[in-house]
Amino acid sequence: MADTLLEIKNLKIGATAYPPGEPPQEITIVDGVSLTLEKGKVLGLIGESGAGKSTIGLSAMNYGRGGVRLTGGEVLLNGRDIRPLRGGKMRAIRGAEVTYVAQSAAAAFNPAKKLMEQITEAALAHGRCSKREAEERAVTLFHKLGLPEPETFGNRYPHQVSGGQLQRAMTALALCPEPDLVIFDEPTTALDVTTQIDVLAAIKDAIRDTGVAALYITHDLAVVAQVSDEIMVLRGGKTVEYGTCDQIINNPQEEYTQALVSVRSIEHEEKQPTPEPVLRVEGVTARYSGTRFDVLETINVDLHPGQTLAVVGESGSGKSTLARVITGLLPPREGSIIFAGRTLSPDMPSRSREDLRELQMIYQMADVAMNPRQTVGTIIGRPLEFYFGLKGKAKRQRIIELLDEIELGEGFIDRYPAELSGGQKQRVCIARALAADPKLIICDEVTSALDPLVADGILKLLLSLQKREDVAYLFITHDLATVRAIADSIAVMYKGRVVRYGTKSEVLSPPFDDYTDLLLSSVPEMKLGWLEEVIEHRRMESAGH
Amino acid sequence: MRVPFAAAVGLFFTALYFLAAIFAPLIAPYGMAEVVGGVWEPASAEHWLGTDNIGRDLLSRMIYGGRTTIFIAAAATVLSFTTGAVLGLLAAVLGGWADQALSRFVDLIMSIPTLIFALVVLSVMPVTLPVLVLVMGLLDSTRVYRLARAVAVDINVMDFVEAARLRGEGRGWIIFREILPNALSPLVAEMGLRFIFMVLFVSTLSFLGLGIQPPAADWGGIVKENKDGIIYGIPAALVPAIAIATLAISVNLVADWVLNRTTSLKGGRGG
Repeated sequence: MADTLLEIKNLKIGATAYPPGEPPQEITIVDGVSLTLEKGKVLGLIGESGAGKSTIGLSAMNYGRGGVRLTGGEVLLNGRDIRPLRGGKMRAIRGAEVTYVAQSAAAAFNPAKKLMEQITEAALAHGRCSKREAEERAVTLFHKLGLPEPETFGNRYPHQVSGGQLQRAMTALALCPEPDLVIFDEPTTALDVTTQIDVLAAIKDAIRDTGVAALYITHDLAVVAQVSDEIMVLRGGKTVEYGTCDQIINNPQEEYTQALVSVRSIEHEEKQPTPEPVLRVEGVTARYSGTRFDVLETINVDLHPGQTLAVVGESGSGKSTLARVITGLLPPREGSIIFAGRTLSPDMPSRSREDLRELQMIYQMADVAMNPRQTVGTIIGRPLEFYFGLKGKAKRQRIIELLDEIELGEGFIDRYPAELSGGQKQRVCIARALAADPKLIICDEVTSALDPLVADGILKLLLSLQKREDVAYLFITHDLATVRAIADSIAVMYKGRVVRYGTKSEVLSPPFDDYTDLLLSSVPEMKLGWLEEVIEHRRMESAGH
Repeated sequence: MRVPFAAAVGLFFTALYFLAAIFAPLIAPYGMAEVVGGVWEPASAEHWLGTDNIGRDLLSRMIYGGRTTIFIAAAATVLSFTTGAVLGLLAAVLGGWADQALSRFVDLIMSIPTLIFALVVLSVMPVTLPVLVLVMGLLDSTRVYRLARAVAVDINVMDFVEAARLRGEGRGWIIFREILPNALSPLVAEMGLRFIFMVLFVSTLSFLGLGIQPPAADWGGIVKENKDGIIYGIPAALVPAIAIATLAISVNLVADWVLNRTTSLKGGRGG
């Protein structure tokens, strides 16, 4: 085939692992993966963390991160095997024929240099064009990527542009040397959902206009469905399924792919508000000490017993601050928190033990929410001992019951957090919260650090626990798919205010306010052509106004 | 469990010195201050390391001297660690003005060179064992305080500490159960180092005549007593010097090993 750009045959990638207290071991990260990419096409690599998708992506430029070695197979770029290349020959390919877009643009740009200098650097270093040509090319790319003031955009420093703009600037950086292949490594994962859609559209247009081929790495199938021609599903370093975008999304063959496609299709019956809310936030205004503006402005929300209130918004909207006010870590300037019929003291240290017990919290990062020096038994047992004075056998019995409830079982009681997977860690945190027998649990982005299938499991567990224990959740998230799955009522936050609040069906049905509309329409859907639909819809709307 | 070679060497010498210190009266062939021969006799079957500047058996003096040196250094280390670590962790957990007051006070003490400070204090106070230990321990606790506070401030902002706080735990639990176990690795490594500084410190003080008073022996004092011999080519002063050096190296080897082991423990914080 004349127009085959990249062909990877039976690729094997290994590394040396250093398990504590044991001799080093050779491990296989990628095992016999083969793929073909034609010129101008986009291949999506998808899988959960540890699937080897980034490792495969980087192998296309013969690069192994931190001790990772390409141990076998062939990587054919433009017909020649680049795997044996070293030194200068390797350098001639990287940054010229193949370029790379990293996940965190903020960490990838040098903060001390202007954007233009960094964007044209690779093209100039490879002598692909003169400085003037490179700058012209960059400006053209700024136009294409929809960056503001394209003529002067390059004169800014990285900190002078927003996160979404920086990610687009990095795409310009990758496209400037006119490469044959660009590797996109989770380019929109760190962005807010409303920003993600713009970046996604910009990347897609740029790929189409420049005719470059791309490897698009992500864990979000709905995102990859929008930009790729073909999709490869990976798990544990092996190919699960490899096919056209249409086939993978609409007709997945493998069980694992089917699970990925149908993720977050949890059925949840919306409950009606009760007369007496368990939590009432009344006119809360709050600011951090030493600052001069309110992070929260007159927030009013109710949460009913045994129900879930989802607090949605992008980063910086004040969601987590609301949790801090409710838990008493940040006393509000005005307003009050009424919990189970009594007004809570505004600051945490002066609350009664009973108040503390009935209001528990689960964190986003389960890793740091558990003391790494305590066993699972100690972590779950402490609230039992602290609030209920349980000791010895009775305590152990209750710990085992709780471990059963979170579907882990007795075998986990003596394990340390480092010996648990991400999902198991979050389950232990849930058990710790449940151990206090609370009326309300605040869940702060509890699924956003987890892989989609694992997150699904956690959500299902939370729902079944809610049914059994009749506990209410204040569920903070930026992910509307999660909200649809579990909420009974929703509060949409934007810049420290609640812009929309009501039962789930009310909030999610039109007419929408501008922000909610933007937020709702920005959530990627698992269907082909969704991105075009949304962009077209927005264009029509802005023309209509 | 395999002990690496370096750690085994360290363990051997550390154990040797500590055992000799503990069982000094049983091991030493002669009394500590007993004059048993001529001045600076060379090594012989009766006197393995020879005799010192007034004819005392050098090996016996080394054993008794090691006892004093190691005991004072150990006592001062324990004192500096308990004071420094407790205050450091407390400052990190309390924050605010308590932290400010403690930290600025420590800065003040640290701004005066330790040796000068110790010399001044010891020249006005009677030089007894408790005073020596107290002065050395408290001066050194400022360093431990700095380290403990720095480590604890990092741990204090982690979610599991916040979770404990939201549970309503008291300060004692937060300091000793949540923070201390996670701060232990750097503190243990520092402990080895500080112990060695104490050995050097007490030796320096004795050498300058402000530490252990004769006829009691300690390694720094023995160097001082025999230093004039070097002019005549007599190596007696080198014996305690070598002892100080080997003890310093071995304790550090052991501390390194302990640090490596604790960080790779199950659930260790790594790094």
